[in-house]
Amino acid sequence: MNLVTNNKWIGQRTIRPDGMDKVTGRAQFAADTTMPGMIWGKVLRSPHPHARIRSIDTSKAEKLPGVKAVVTSKDIVDFPVEKGAVMLGIQDMRWMCRNVMARDKALFPGHPVAAVAATTEAIAAEACKLIEVDYEVLPWSIEIEDAIKPDAPILHEFNKFDGKPSNIVGRLEHKKGDIAEGFKKADVVIERTFTTRPVHQGYIEPHACLISVAPDGKTTIWSSSQGQFMVRAMTAYLTGIPQSDIRAIPAEIGGGFGGKTIVYLEPLATLLAKKSGRPVKMVMTREEVMRATGPTSGSKSTVKIGATKDGKIVAAHGTFYLQAGAFPGSPIRGAAGCSFTPYDIPNLLSEGFDVCSNRSKVAAYRAPGAPIGAYAVECVMDEVAEALKIDPLDFRARNAAKEGTKAAHGPTFPRIGYLETVEAVKNSPHYAAPLGDGNGKLRGRGVASGFWFNAGGESSAQVNITEDGNVVVTTGHPDIGGSRAGIANICAELLGIDYRRVSVIIGDTQTVGFSNLTGGSRVLFASSMVVTQSTEKIIQTLRERAAKIWEIDPEAVKWEQGAAHPVSPNAGQFEPLTLKELADKAPAMGGPIGAGVQLNTAGADGGFGTHVCDVEVDVDLGIARVIRYTAVQDVGRAIHPGYVEGQLQGGVAQGIGWALNEEYIYTKEGKVDNPGFLDYRMPVCSDLPMLDCIMVEIPNPKHPQGVKGVGEVPLVPVMAAVANAIYNAVGKRFYALPMSPPKVLEKLDEPTRQAAE
Amino acid sequence: MAKVHVTTTINGEPMEFLCEPDDTMLDALRGPLALTGSKEGCASGDCGACSITLDDRLVCSCLMLAVESEGHEIGTIEGMAQGEKLHPLQQKFLEMAALQCGICTSGMLVASDALLKKNPDPTEEEVRFWLAGNLCRCTGYDKIVRAVMETAAEMRAQ
Ligand code: FES
Ligand code: FES
Repeated sequence: MNLVTNNKWIGQRTIRPDGMDKVTGRAQFAADTTMPGMIWGKVLRSPHPHARIRSIDTSKAEKLPGVKAVVTSKDIVDFPVEKGAVMLGIQDMRWMCRNVMARDKALFPGHPVAAVAATTEAIAAEACKLIEVDYEVLPWSIEIEDAIKPDAPILHEFNKFDGKPSNIVGRLEHKKGDIAEGFKKADVVIERTFTTRPVHQGYIEPHACLISVAPDGKTTIWSSSQGQFMVRAMTAYLTGIPQSDIRAIPAEIGGGFGGKTIVYLEPLATLLAKKSGRPVKMVMTREEVMRATGPTSGSKSTVKIGATKDGKIVAAHGTFYLQAGAFPGSPIRGAAGCSFTPYDIPNLLSEGFDVCSNRSKVAAYRAPGAPIGAYAVECVMDEVAEALKIDPLDFRARNAAKEGTKAAHGPTFPRIGYLETVEAVKNSPHYAAPLGDGNGKLRGRGVASGFWFNAGGESSAQVNITEDGNVVVTTGHPDIGGSRAGIANICAELLGIDYRRVSVIIGDTQTVGFSNLTGGSRVLFASSMVVTQSTEKIIQTLRERAAKIWEIDPEAVKWEQGAAHPVSPNAGQFEPLTLKELADKAPAMGGPIGAGVQLNTAGADGGFGTHVCDVEVDVDLGIARVIRYTAVQDVGRAIHPGYVEGQLQGGVAQGIGWALNEEYIYTKEGKVDNPGFLDYRMPVCSDLPMLDCIMVEIPNPKHPQGVKGVGEVPLVPVMAAVANAIYNAVGKRFYALPMSPPKVLEKLDEPTRQAAE
Repeated sequence: MAKVHVTTTINGEPMEFLCEPDDTMLDALRGPLALTGSKEGCASGDCGACSITLDDRLVCSCLMLAVESEGHEIGTIEGMAQGEKLHPLQQKFLEMAALQCGICTSGMLVASDALLKKNPDPTEEEVRFWLAGNLCRCTGYDKIVRAVMETAAEMRAQ
């Protein structure tokens, strides 16, 4: 690579600071860590979707040679349901304590009921089999339709909806204007119902941790997560160990996409380590990951959009039912709050319903809820545009939210880049290219848009100048996809030095100030804000030091290209003092140079994207393939374009999987039937084409470098873009995901069947 | 179960280790041999994160028994760079941002290396089908495929 030498790093494709470790196999992921004296923990999981636990007898397991400790729900701090919510971030500890270990009831197959630590993994697994659990098996429901039936088995008796015990555990609405009045004005009204299946985040690294608890309670956790502070807090809440006694060290993380924003193993391993006096390692199998972590919700949505002949949307109504799994907390906010947001709609009602059922508790997945809602809204948008005979992009442009538009979820938009993404698709080489001949297969093209809130929140950084004049930046957010590279670029840019002189590390909980999760597309936004402010403080110190040496006013010193310079000849004639020279003189001139900043960052404006997708459908086999894809997004400012594109491409690939293949399949017994990569079919390399990206850069005015979050938006429009493309190819609309070969064939056969009936 | 003594060659070095008869090669690498560059994503041969070579043939180390390495040559990610000098594929992955979280990266590199040894001039389709056994959930494969193609072109030019 040709490295630029003009010290302009922002926007450059620099080599990430942690890259060398990752291409040589040196990087330490959680499962790679060991400790002297370490033993292994394993979890016993419920085989039933719904069962009351009458009793658990662990005595036989405890007697097995090699077993060092057994824990059950009795060992975990209880947060009684009736005492009200105990929130930690967006998680209610009442559900977390019951999710990590079933208390009175097992609520899904795979729900932990006990855990064992033994000298080997095999002995721990053997011991799990010796634990006797007396279950009273209860009726269960998996699907939304079943869970909301009046006679459905109720998961949580305390929960009431409309005055009756119910599996509907939450509702929210966003409202603007009057939809009844609005629909009266419409010339075209289209209403459709859509379903999606649960899909897993599918990170390649299973959950893992290694935990050591000293006799005085001092606890060290190495684990794979999207936030070491979340791990510390949740482990503390669930084990009763004070947060100050827990040091959570972030291992490198092998993917998360939202799925590693909660704990599964850490509280159990901590309790096992405490009881046994030995460090405990726990690693999930892929099957455990699929049965008992994530996924995101399956859903049922109804969307109705009304527009006038001239192509203006006058009213819209969305109802989004999302599966929460065993405990409340499905992402209805993302579904109801994001899906209509690209548009300026005068009369809008968007409702979300949170529905519990007997499957694992859902976890965040890339723009949680938004892709589900956008799939429904963007497909109906297409139908309305078609009914009005307006180009789908023109229809979107005509109704685009822009500066001054009040979004239904609250904010009035500042300058946003949505319209620019629509225009960029329209002017793209992809949109101009003919679809070409499918060689017997049918080809089609579809577009769709998407929005995600983005987020700011708590972030801390410490920047220190080393004695040899280089820089160490410590932040508190796990680097999941290259954020260290962005931070190095920014810090080097501000200091005017080569980016290779900046080392970026992720601090553990006891060495850097509180920093919230890596999630919600917030990390580079928040961390670069605190890094910028810390670096600016350092520059101020450096100017003061130079001023002191030169015996002039600090105001008469400017920092440029890595050195202090006198502002003008009147300030005096001095040779510039470089960072290195000032570091050399530091002991004599006031001591170490460093600065830290801790902030609750604000100003993370939402992100918009518009995608175009070409598909080819084999009508004999029912296989739909994406043959060309372009994702356009307003990315604010691309601090490291390579990793911004990577976010776009990765999100699109996940969306294509969700659209065409991925789904949880259940057995008649209510168990996940495809808990492995062979049958849970994520896209492989040969399933996908190259994925083109167009980055629209409209800098965020509320961020010193113009950063907007970029990681979530890329997944939001994908399923609708693929569905709209398939419609364009075969002339049939799909109202259910995934559009897998058997479902495509079924749909293509429909007219024949109807004719025969 | 009594442990089995295995004599093998790993990344060109003679090695001996003890393992259970039913340990996989991946267990042995990550356990007694302390070579944790090979990762376990599935233990069922479906993700490729554990890719190694056995006598220059690409295999999933989770699908092979450790005892089967007796007398054979094993290649892992740890043997890919020569001292300070990265393999051209490693260098290209870095330059072209062909990794995000990095958990698939060892397997991707070992598999790509095996491909280029067999076929120094692969088409995009050949790269995609060869790497179809290596899952990556982060990158969408675009940058990985480009990095492999570009490395191949550069290696041919040399
Ligand atoms: S761990 Fe061997 S292929 Fe997945
Ligand atoms: S880079 Fe994360 S799985 Fe490939």
